[in-house]
Amino acid sequence: MIVRWALLLGGLVVAMAQLAHAAGGSMGLPKTIEAGSSFSIQTPGSGNASLYIIGIGQVLKRDVQLGQIVFFAAGSLFNAGHYLAVLAGDSSTETESFDVVPANKPSNLSFLAKPSRLPVGQPDGISGAVYVFDAYHNLISVPTPVSFELSSPSGTIQKRAAIAREGAAWAQMDSTALQGMDEFVVRAGDISSARVVGQVPGDPCGLKMTARQSGQQAVLVTDAVRDCNGNAVLDGTIVTFTETYNGSQSTIDEPLKHGIAQVTISAHNGAMFSVACGVAMGNQIRWEK
Amino acid sequence: MSKSFLILCTVLTAASATVTAQPTLRIEAANLQSSRPLQDQTGKAAIRDYLQSWQALTEALEQNRAGLLEADFVGSAKDTLAATIQQQTALGISTRYQDRSHDLQLVFYSPEGLSIELTDNVDYDVQLLDQGRIKTTQHVRARYLIVLTPAEVRWKVRVFQGTPR
Repeated sequence: MIVRWALLLGGLVVAMAQLAHAAGGSMGLPKTIEAGSSFSIQTPGSGNASLYIIGIGQVLKRDVQLGQIVFFAAGSLFNAGHYLAVLAGDSSTETESFDVVPANKPSNLSFLAKPSRLPVGQPDGISGAVYVFDAYHNLISVPTPVSFELSSPSGTIQKRAAIAREGAAWAQMDSTALQGMDEFVVRAGDISSARVVGQVPGDPCGLKMTARQSGQQAVLVTDAVRDCNGNAVLDGTIVTFTETYNGSQSTIDEPLKHGIAQVTISAHNGAMFSVACGVAMGNQIRWEK
Repeated sequence: MSKSFLILCTVLTAASATVTAQPTLRIEAANLQSSRPLQDQTGKAAIRDYLQSWQALTEALEQNRAGLLEADFVGSAKDTLAATIQQQTALGISTRYQDRSHDLQLVFYSPEGLSIELTDNVDYDVQLLDQGRIKTTQHVRARYLIVLTPAEVRWKVRVFQGTPR
């Protein structure tokens, strides 16, 4: 029985100490207030005074009757930051400080995905950075779990889990083998934000051409130009045909049309034709009439 | 004699003003979460531009002129500060902030290099004036989270938010 009373008393003492710590001075302000929450301030004394709440993020002022409790409705003070409550009466001024902290529930995400377009098959080629905000657009500074997810046209899904620290988190993803549009999504709590990332074919791979005679001329035609993952290289990509004959060279640049490039060239007997596209060198053909 | 004394006082006052105008600066080793290495020059430029933004903030809140924020702030930081200035103007008050010391640490550099976040344990004095009359002067120690993003020729403050120290 005595032990039980001792425990009860001990508990009361601890609770009162916590209360005293939570509510600092005579204004009875808590040390922290969640952004947008209602709160009240005691105004000890008598007579008229002005109550100021000042911070870099917000300023409020109330004319008050000392001895009353001043009530601030929900949504009055919503910008996170350090604030001073200044109670200025005719004869004295009292000041207390407190912090307005963001709500822990994510409500807004500022998500930047880069690049918006890249070649297929790039390890860590796609990056995403996110800042996590509460409903009042305060950066949530407590560690907050976030997840990143990249869905590619082939159905492949890459996932990364991260913790936003000081409001920020990031992730990197690989571009996959198939060209098309990826969806890059970040989630925090029950909100998400999505960006589209375009995967375009990579450099040409295994370039090959054939040659045929057309009157006095030679017609050079490439096979369908593809990257190393089999994606058709974009139309408009330049293919360079070169003729080397008797120590001199002539070149023709031709854009891909419908996946292939074709040129008609005055050919000399014994000339050597070669083809190149980007970093890819194709085959060579010796022209013999 | 009195002229010399006046000149001396003027010099001392100017020197004193110069001294008080320069806050002490401490830069902690960066504790970056990033895949992207932060070049020394980039970090220094971000810190330089952030410290400069305090001057703009001080002048803007004291003179209640939101236009003074233009060069240093952007996005939500600019909107929030401009709203504070609007509130001060409506209430007939102004605030004088004087930063005394900064203790900075770079904490985040986004992989694409388009934002830098830093923390600042800052000591400053704040003076509240109502209709031009000083109501109180307080010394404050606070911690700030700052997100900077690059503009044409400098870093601008996009998020400027106090957090419990």
